[in-house]
Amino acid sequence: MNELLFEGMNIAVTAVVVFGFVSINALVLVYAERKVSAHIQRRLGPMHVGPHGIFQTIADAIKLLGKEQIIPKNVNKFLFIQAPLLAFFPALLLFIVMPFGENLIIKDLNVGLLYLFSFASIEVIAIFMAGWASNNKYSLLGAMRSVAQVIAYEVPLLLSALSVVFMVGSLKMTELVAYQDQFWVVLMQPIAFIIFMISGLAETNRAPFDLPEAESELVAGFLTEYSGMRYALFFLAEYTNVFLLSCVTTALFLGGWQGPFVDGIHWFLLKVYFLVFVIIWIRWTFPRLRPDQLMNFCWKILTPIAILNLLITAVVLKL
Amino acid sequence: MLSLITDLTFLFFVVVTLGGAVMAVGLKNIFHNALSLALTLFGTAGIFIFLRSEFVALIQILIYAGAISIAIIFAIMLSPSLSLKPSKRSVTKILISLSVSLLVFVALSYIFIHTPWVVLPEMVGDNSVKHIGEVIIQRYAFAFELISVVLLVSILGSLVIAQKDKKTTIQDSPND
Repeated sequence: MNELLFEGMNIAVTAVVVFGFVSINALVLVYAERKVSAHIQRRLGPMHVGPHGIFQTIADAIKLLGKEQIIPKNVNKFLFIQAPLLAFFPALLLFIVMPFGENLIIKDLNVGLLYLFSFASIEVIAIFMAGWASNNKYSLLGAMRSVAQVIAYEVPLLLSALSVVFMVGSLKMTELVAYQDQFWVVLMQPIAFIIFMISGLAETNRAPFDLPEAESELVAGFLTEYSGMRYALFFLAEYTNVFLLSCVTTALFLGGWQGPFVDGIHWFLLKVYFLVFVIIWIRWTFPRLRPDQLMNFCWKILTPIAILNLLITAVVLKL
Repeated sequence: MLSLITDLTFLFFVVVTLGGAVMAVGLKNIFHNALSLALTLFGTAGIFIFLRSEFVALIQILIYAGAISIAIIFAIMLSPSLSLKPSKRSVTKILISLSVSLLVFVALSYIFIHTPWVVLPEMVGDNSVKHIGEVIIQRYAFAFELISVVLLVSILGSLVIAQKDKKTTIQDSPND
């Protein structure tokens, strides 16, 4: 009984910590995005709320929380309300297998990497629900584009991750990181790394792959009818996904928590936030692709290269 | 207490699976049907976790809930006549599908009853990835290859069907 109580407390505390981290992380990333984008475009970005505008995103978050919850008349109410929750929930679940440190992992599953990919694939359903329930052609078009894109890019993403799994011979997140104590996998698998990052960007619907919410043609894609906190939840999910993508890339390719001097979470977070910076950098310096270019790029370039890379990895390992 | 929680969780997954299945068949709106199907597949994944097979559960989510149900929804979206009006149900179709599913049910029950089930000792961890890999390549290699051929045929078949309806061939985009 006592043990059960302890276990329950453990789960509750973990959930609170993860949720708190996700919220604060999103605030920081939104601020970082605005600042980085501003400096890339030779602007200053938010400056007025607090020193260098650091409280701007907090003010924005409070504003979003206080906004009216608008549900348009002809939407499918149940699905419309569920969709943002379903978009955000898998992002939280992914934290369970994230190896922040050697012992700093909530649950080190034997099939950790597979867990990541399977729960990441759920989000597509949420986007579809949002687009369909909104009863708006731009929402539906945005959702269709998004889903087509996510399904297509899942193929090179999985294939490039698989070449790392081939080398390590395990799906366990801690083993994937521990394998890199002498050298980082990125040195052995540079092609897989690049493919993984590109497909990951497409999976998170970030520019230059942000066609699902291309504002110049689709208003805001599947987000068109959303406002207030529900809109914020989609954003929270997006920024958490960017963070998680950087986490997985760090764990798979960049040696995870390992670094010179003392191993630990500081190296992990340093690498992760550097990758987040790179992702923001890419967003503000590359133009958006056209839908046909997007699909051609995935099926005619990324996927064949990923398969070839996997094949070469397998052959070299067996030599 | 612990067993109560376990039982309740198990019951939850059973209800999700069966409820989703009933909704997938019963609801009028085809988009709701597809979503309910996804719910059922999730429930099944939960039951696999109860059987201590995390690998199969995750594959269930990745392939069935994540990919197959999305493919079904996509098919619905791409066929406007299906996504707009709720389709009428013909009695003959219901009868055919009922008899087919009854046949499958009877066959499965027969196997279920006549299999001498062995109670396994407590499992430590999930090593099914390696085991499944070995078994598929060695013992069930033929079935595995056969499935690949079936998949290939279905891909080619869908391509042929998709091509047949088109009056004109699509022009390649200028920069191809």
